[in-house]
Amino acid sequence: MAAPKKAAASTAQDKTDGGSPPEFTKEQELKALRDMLLIRRFEEKAGQLYGMGAIGGFCHLYIGQEAVVVGMQMALKPGDQVITGYRDHGHMLATGMEANGVMAELTGRRGGYSKGKGGSMHMFSKEKHFYGGHGIVGAQVSLGTGLAFANHYRDNDNVSVTYFGDGAANQGQVYESFNMAELWKLPVIYVIENNRYAMGTSVSRASAQQDFSKRGASFNIPGQQVDGMDVRAVKAAGDEAAAWCRAGKGPFILEMQTYRYRGHSMSDPAKYRTREEVEKVRHDQDPIEQVRNRLLAAKVSEQDLKAIDAEVRDIVNASADLAQHDPEPDAAELWTDIYR
Amino acid sequence: MPIQVLMPALSPTMEKGNLSKWLKKEGETIKSGDVIAEIETDKATMEVEATDEGTLGKILIPEGTADVAVNTPIATILADGESAADLAKAPAPAQQQKAAESAAPAAAKTEAPAPKAAPAPQAVAEPDPEVPAGTEMVTQTIREALRDAMAEEMRRDADVFVMGEEVAEYQGAYKVTQGLLQEFGAKRVIDTPITEHGFAGIGVGAAMSGLKPIVEFMTFNFAMQAIDQIINSAAKTLYMSGGQMGCSIVFRGPNGAASRVAAQHSQDYSSWYSNVPGLKVVAPFSAADYKGLLKAAIRDPNPVIFLENEMLYGHTGEVPKLDDFVIPIGKARIVRSGSHVTIISWSNGMSYALKAADELAKDGIEAEVIDLRTLRPMDTETIVNSVKKTGRAVTVEEGWAQSGVGAEIAARIMENAFDYLDAPVARVSGKDVPMPYAANLEKLALPSAAEVVEAAKAVCYR
Repeated sequence: MAAPKKAAASTAQDKTDGGSPPEFTKEQELKALRDMLLIRRFEEKAGQLYGMGAIGGFCHLYIGQEAVVVGMQMALKPGDQVITGYRDHGHMLATGMEANGVMAELTGRRGGYSKGKGGSMHMFSKEKHFYGGHGIVGAQVSLGTGLAFANHYRDNDNVSVTYFGDGAANQGQVYESFNMAELWKLPVIYVIENNRYAMGTSVSRASAQQDFSKRGASFNIPGQQVDGMDVRAVKAAGDEAAAWCRAGKGPFILEMQTYRYRGHSMSDPAKYRTREEVEKVRHDQDPIEQVRNRLLAAKVSEQDLKAIDAEVRDIVNASADLAQHDPEPDAAELWTDIYR
Repeated sequence: MPIQVLMPALSPTMEKGNLSKWLKKEGETIKSGDVIAEIETDKATMEVEATDEGTLGKILIPEGTADVAVNTPIATILADGESAADLAKAPAPAQQQKAAESAAPAAAKTEAPAPKAAPAPQAVAEPDPEVPAGTEMVTQTIREALRDAMAEEMRRDADVFVMGEEVAEYQGAYKVTQGLLQEFGAKRVIDTPITEHGFAGIGVGAAMSGLKPIVEFMTFNFAMQAIDQIINSAAKTLYMSGGQMGCSIVFRGPNGAASRVAAQHSQDYSSWYSNVPGLKVVAPFSAADYKGLLKAAIRDPNPVIFLENEMLYGHTGEVPKLDDFVIPIGKARIVRSGSHVTIISWSNGMSYALKAADELAKDGIEAEVIDLRTLRPMDTETIVNSVKKTGRAVTVEEGWAQSGVGAEIAARIMENAFDYLDAPVARVSGKDVPMPYAANLEKLALPSAAEVVEAAKAVCYR
């Protein structure tokens, strides 16, 4: 069915990190800043609420990786699906899901996206085409491939954006999915968020092939390494990958080189890396600071940027307020939503 | 002495086949490895290779003969220097051990053994309440009933598709999907690579976006590779999403012991799946139930585990000739009424249950036999009402007893009809061992009608 497309694959890989990415318009920069700030502030607040005991269980924060989801979302069109693993708050906010519903789910309240029955790792929105939120590492890769299968079946020009981490990239079903996605030319962008650590295990300790863009090589899936800290580079790569998929050429792999500032989860003592390493990335590569600096250089006033920050903080504070005061689910909810 | 070619067994469980074609004529020279005939089983047409050399002396079974029993002499081969006059010297077939000694199947890659003829479903005493009186019935194999159920639902709903290993071009490892590719095309009848975990996940993802996949596992033994997607993704997502995102999907395929395929290919997963909220679990016995319940499963908005039984695929039964014959999931059926003891089973366990009921009747014990048909949700009411009448119950399952479905039934009887019981509930089950390969041990490992009779007599204090 599929003719090998070695040439295409190598072309894509050759474009790795070549020069600086296409400039954003001022509007794009402002949108990117706002959306990334929303995620950053939301996650900071979630971390606080966790510390206060308002959020239970596992809570995996996305701080540091914001450019990945925001840049990718800018490359999508209505109807494109998004699916990811357990570090999912940023993805939900990027797809336009409401901070209120996400935060209320984190605190297990009835106003949460899953009525309080899913929690941090299990939220969904049919309306925003967000398909979860999956707690089993790597499971979302087969599921996301299935979403692409549905697009292909319906012949509808939509793309499934399937996110997973450098850790999940070592799961077997990822490669089962790669094989079928290429075999059947399914429109799926595999976004590998390489934040350098699978929980506490660095990529070099877990991965024989550390260039994740090459993980599809034996299936002839083209791949590209992307500076995942630069939202413009992410968007440009997303555009290219989406065009590839929409042209019926099958899947595309984007390795987003990114970094999480916080621990794997809230209970992570982070002994596997130095404080200096984290500080250096934060200082040199912070995705939000990059945009802010470009906007300031383009003569956008400090005041305007502060207004964005204030707007975002209001949204986040309101969500935190709701999430702490919204009632818990009614006891009867225990028995609903098991079958339709 | 002339060599007899016997009707070969093309799988460990084949008992008869059709001699569809002779490829050599009498008098032709035969070398070892020559294809001499074609034989059709209920699964496939296979070539028969000669394992001896000589001249084809006489064809004993003409082509076109149906239902030739395994080990029947079908031809004689004359060795060098022998003539037709020597034919009479050929040994009597009864003295020969196995057909495979003189003829072997060319296609040794029979990936899946054919069903052996298990006891046919017994006459049903009770009329089926789902079927209007006077409905015309057609006789079908369970294999055909399953195929028709899928085909009808695929005609009805363009979102329904089938995926799995060998479902399309091969026409199904067990011929269950025969003809579907031809009718519906490669877009809706999809051969997957051997990749259970992956294609189960793809099926669930497609279902989350609103399609209605039928995922065939070549056997449920292989679905252990995929069980994370079945349980963590398919069964739990509706709940975890607060009712937003469900998953209308059928996972189907043969479950439980086949015949002589040993421990890794013989497990019964009834209790595993029926343990999980969010799943429905269906395990029918009769051809009509296979059809009506598979149609219901495909239409159901929830994930349904549809457990088939390889031993039953070739069995025939009466299927109502109705435009749209759908049996509701979750309803057991009393297939034989009686007043002395209730026997509860499902799937192939019903073979033992019904045979035992016949035996018990000879001793004056009238057993009421309930075919559970659906394991989750379980029709507790039908069980309890019967036990209130009989005061005694025996469960029959091929799976293991510990944490088994029989244990669950016994608990429900205790919870709901304790005061009506005249004896403790008895369980007949598969033995607490991995399935052995040796024929005698395998037989011992499975339940038997004799064990059911014994258990029924015990609870009747007879």
